[in-house]
Amino acid sequence: MEQPVTAVTADAAAEPEGARALAHARHIGVFRGGRWLVRHVDITVRRGEIVTVIGPNGSGKSTSAKALLGLIDVDEGAATIAKGVRVGYVPQSISIDWTLPLTVARLLTLTARHSKAEIAATLAQVGLPDMADAPVQTLSGGEFQRALLARAIIRKPDLLVLDEPVQGVDFTGQIALYKLIRDIRDRLNCGVLLISHDLHIVMAETDTVVCLNGHVCCSGTPKLVAEDPEYRRLFGPAASEALAVYRHDHDHTHAHDGSVVALQGGAHHDHDGAGDA
Amino acid sequence: MTGRAMLDDFFTRALVAGIGFAVVAGPLGCFIIWRRMAYFGDTIAHSALLGVAFALLLEIDVIAGVFVMSVVIAMALLVLQRLGTLSSDTILGILSHSALALGIVIISLMTWVRVDLKAYLLGDILTVSRADIAVIYAGGAVVLALLAAIWRPLLAATASFDLARTEGMHPERVRLVFMLLIAAVIAITMKVMGILLITALLIIPAATARRFCSSPEQMALWSAAVGAAAVGLGLFGSLRFDTPSGPSIVAGAMLIFIVSLVLSLAVSRVAARTFNSRG
Repeated sequence: MEQPVTAVTADAAAEPEGARALAHARHIGVFRGGRWLVRHVDITVRRGEIVTVIGPNGSGKSTSAKALLGLIDVDEGAATIAKGVRVGYVPQSISIDWTLPLTVARLLTLTARHSKAEIAATLAQVGLPDMADAPVQTLSGGEFQRALLARAIIRKPDLLVLDEPVQGVDFTGQIALYKLIRDIRDRLNCGVLLISHDLHIVMAETDTVVCLNGHVCCSGTPKLVAEDPEYRRLFGPAASEALAVYRHDHDHTHAHDGSVVALQGGAHHDHDGAGDA
Repeated sequence: MTGRAMLDDFFTRALVAGIGFAVVAGPLGCFIIWRRMAYFGDTIAHSALLGVAFALLLEIDVIAGVFVMSVVIAMALLVLQRLGTLSSDTILGILSHSALALGIVIISLMTWVRVDLKAYLLGDILTVSRADIAVIYAGGAVVLALLAAIWRPLLAATASFDLARTEGMHPERVRLVFMLLIAAVIAITMKVMGILLITALLIIPAATARRFCSSPEQMALWSAAVGAAAVGLGLFGSLRFDTPSGPSIVAGAMLIFIVSLVLSLAVSRVAARTFNSRG
C-alpha cells in the first residue's frame, strides 16, 4: 500500500487536510506543574490509516493521545475529533477496584448493549474465547489488555486509539496483536493511532510514524523517520539502523496460527530467528 | 401494659426508619467502595454538623442546612482537587476535621439554643417520628430513582473515567450527581445513625456483600439486605442490653461482616483442599 508522507506540519496549508481527518491535533501543548509536558505536537489520523507514535519514556506520548481524545485540556493549539467519529480507546492501564464485581462480558457492555453472540465473537477475535463470564480481577495483565481491546473494537470504532498495546506481550504475541490490529483496520476501515515506547519496531502497515520527545522530533513514513538526522541524533545511529518493520510474509503461511510474520532488519532481534537485514 | 405497647411502637418506628435507611445506603455504599470514596463519605457526614450549626444560626430547616453545607464542602473538595497541589486524601482530612470542629465550636457558642450534641453525633433512632419516617422514605425513593437513572454512566465512570468520557458518558456530570446523592442521604438519615457513624452503614454492608456477588446489581441488592439485617440485629441488641442504638447497629453490621469473612475463608480453604486432593 503506497501512502504519501502525511502532512504533519502545522502551517495554514495543512488546515483543510486536517479538516478531513478523523482526528487532528494542531500544534498542541500541555503545560502542567510549571513545565510543558508536550509542545508543538501535530498528529493527524485519517480513515484507513495507521499512525504510530514512538518516543522514549516520558516523551509525552500518552499525554498527546489523551489531549487528542479531549481527556486532558490543551494549553496551546487545538485538538479536534471530527463530528460523528466513534472512538475506541484502549488505555495503557485502568485499575478496577477488587470490590467491583465485573465479568469480562460486563466490561464489554459498560457503555452500550451488545448481544451474547457479538461478545463471544469479539472475545474469540482477541484470543479470549470462553472468557465472557470470568471476573476481570482474575485476568492476567496481557489478558486484561486484550479484554480492553475487545471492548474498543466491539464498538466498531471509526478511530481506534491504542496506548502501548504490546507492552508486556511476548514476541509472538506482538505479531499476533499487530496482525489483529491490521485485520480490524481492514474490516472496519478505521483510522488507528498506535502508541509504542519501542523506538525500533513499528507495525509494517504503519503509514506515518510520529517520533515524540516532548515535541515532534520527526515524522513521516517509517523509512523516512529512520533516516532522519534528528532521530539519529536523539537515539543514536544504532537505533536508526534498527528501526525495523514487521511485515506479513505470505510465503510462509504454515505456522500454527496460520501465519508467519518476518522481522525485517532487526539486528538485535535476530534471536527470534527472523532477522533479515 | 400500656408501657409495653408504647415500647413496641417506638421500636417499630426505629426498625422501619433504620431499614429504610439501609435499603438506600446499600446501593449507594457499593459505589462508595467501588470508587474508593469511603473517606469522602466520612467528610460529608462530618460537614453535616457544620450544616446543623448554620441551620440553627439562620433558623432554617436542619435537613436543608445539612444538605447545602454538604454540597458546599463537596464543591470545595472539587475546587481544591483542581488546584492539584495537595492529594485528595489530605484535602479530605482538612475538610473533614475542620468542618466537624467548626460545627462543634459554633454550636457551643450559641448559648441561646439548647442542642443535644450527642444526638447529632451518635444518632437517636429511638426518637424518630412518623414525619421523620416519611422524610426518610420519600427522600430515599428519590435518591434511589436518581441512582437508577445514572446507573450505567456512573458504573462506566467507576470502571474508568477516561473510557466513560471517550464513549460519551459524561463522567464529571454523573460524579457530581452522585456526590449530591450522598449529601442528600446523609441529610435525610443523619437522625438515624448520627454524624460519626453514618458512613459505617454505607461501607460495611457493601463490603460484606462483595464476597457473594458476581454482578454490580446483585451486590447493590445484597448490600441493602445486609444493611437491613444489621439494623434489626443492632436494634434488638440495643433493646436487650440497653446500649445506644446507633453504635449497636454498627456493631451488628460488623458482626455480620466478620461471620461472612470467616465463612468465605473457610469455604475457599475447603475448595482449595478439594482441588488439592484431586491432584
